[in-house]
Amino acid sequence: MRIACPYCGPRGLEEFLYHGDASVRRPEDGGAVPDQAWTDYVYLRENANGPHRELWYHHAGCHAWLVVTRDLRSHDILGVTAARDEA
Amino acid sequence: MRYSALTVLTQALRGHAGWRPAWRNPAPAPDYDVVIVGGGGHGLATAYYLAKHHNVGRIGLLEKSWLGNGSVGRNTTIIRSNYLLPGNLPFYELSMKLWEGLEQDINYNAMVSQRGVFNIYHSDPQRDAYARRGNAMRLHGIDAELVDRDALRQRIPYLDYDNARFPIQGALLQKRGGTVRHDAVAWGYARAADRLGVDIIQNCEVTGIRQERGKVIGVETTRGYIGAKKLGIAVAGASSLVAAMAGLRLPIESHVLQAFVSEALKPLIDTVITFGAGHFYISQSDKGGLVFGGDIDGYNSYAARGNLPTIEDVCEGGMALMPMIGRARLVRHWGGIMDMTMDGSPIIDRTPVENLFLNAGWCYGGFKATPASGFCFAHLIACETPHKVATFYRLDRFASGRLIDEKGVGAQPNLH
Repeated sequence: MRIACPYCGPRGLEEFLYHGDASVRRPEDGGAVPDQAWTDYVYLRENANGPHRELWYHHAGCHAWLVVTRDLRSHDILGVTAARDEA
Repeated sequence: MRYSALTVLTQALRGHAGWRPAWRNPAPAPDYDVVIVGGGGHGLATAYYLAKHHNVGRIGLLEKSWLGNGSVGRNTTIIRSNYLLPGNLPFYELSMKLWEGLEQDINYNAMVSQRGVFNIYHSDPQRDAYARRGNAMRLHGIDAELVDRDALRQRIPYLDYDNARFPIQGALLQKRGGTVRHDAVAWGYARAADRLGVDIIQNCEVTGIRQERGKVIGVETTRGYIGAKKLGIAVAGASSLVAAMAGLRLPIESHVLQAFVSEALKPLIDTVITFGAGHFYISQSDKGGLVFGGDIDGYNSYAARGNLPTIEDVCEGGMALMPMIGRARLVRHWGGIMDMTMDGSPIIDRTPVENLFLNAGWCYGGFKATPASGFCFAHLIACETPHKVATFYRLDRFASGRLIDEKGVGAQPNLH
């Protein structure tokens, strides 16, 4: 598996760190009460079988956070964008 | 047919013509009192203990492919109960006790071999951590010994004791740990469950869960609709997918774990050894292959195959621990899909949907748990209350904050 970093070009997997599902959103309220929205954000995942939007960090390269769309059945990478462009 | 030395002898004299299939291959009935989804180790063990200990009526077990195609046939076969936390210790010790009596119980040779598990430590703080773990085990009545460097060197002379980066100081030993022939566990439970009347239905994939007023009433399958008064899911690797059929989201990510076998060698490693400075564990099968593994690859996957950086990492761990294996050729490696939970511990619990029970989240440690998992899941399905050693494995512990995080790394499934 190689990830095409928008800044560095295609690089080997060992240059990247994985940070999971990119579709979860931190609750707005930032509150101290652990309600359902926080449980959903921290713990619950769709984990569907197919294309998956996920966060990768190019730790041995440009230190950019990337949003990679990858097919979980084949590991085919369908798209890579910089996370800052998605925010 | 009961298996015994006498049967083997009689069959040998008759040219082995009298062996019968170990289990029936029945067509699915229109409905069952209990349906178990998943013909892996945990599902088969659940069906067996349900039929043996609980009076729940007719039991059907549905498997989407063949028995043991999933993780029960893909793991590195190690059994142990050397945990640290109170939520885990009694459960894994029950599992160890069930392993010890398993072959007599199910009348099947599962090659349970209590050859010991050595967890190697490489520094003073790590020795303290292992001593603490050993003490926690002993407080729960589990055997544990701290072995110092000299004693370890006598027992296992071929490790790299004077490695410049990771010198070996000693090990935590659980003598009752060891290995079990994994396929035989699936086959043995299947045969034993079948003999107690469980219908084991292979090539029957569940495609939907039918509910009526918030209650499960049955499952849609590739072989038609099957009614179920109670439904138990034991499909680690695909737990999120099956739970989604009932509208549930789980605290689970699916990850790929690779395992490796070398060419067959003469008897060399007569125990189980784990490297403390990286993630590497090794034993030798009776066929002679070195069976070893390490970390999960670390990203979500349903592909059941991994990538080369992890293979390199595992082999580096092996070389740092026992450089002699550098000359052995790696002949096979494969991947399996793990239910990685957010705290690294499993779930055996009821769900918000009535009559739907969940057994999931075994991370990459499910094989050793097979007997206790089946035992406790059967108890839960039959009695609708958790077994006393599995009370911590609740689905709502993530919302309530009662996590069981052995490694203490938080909600990062790829780090557990």
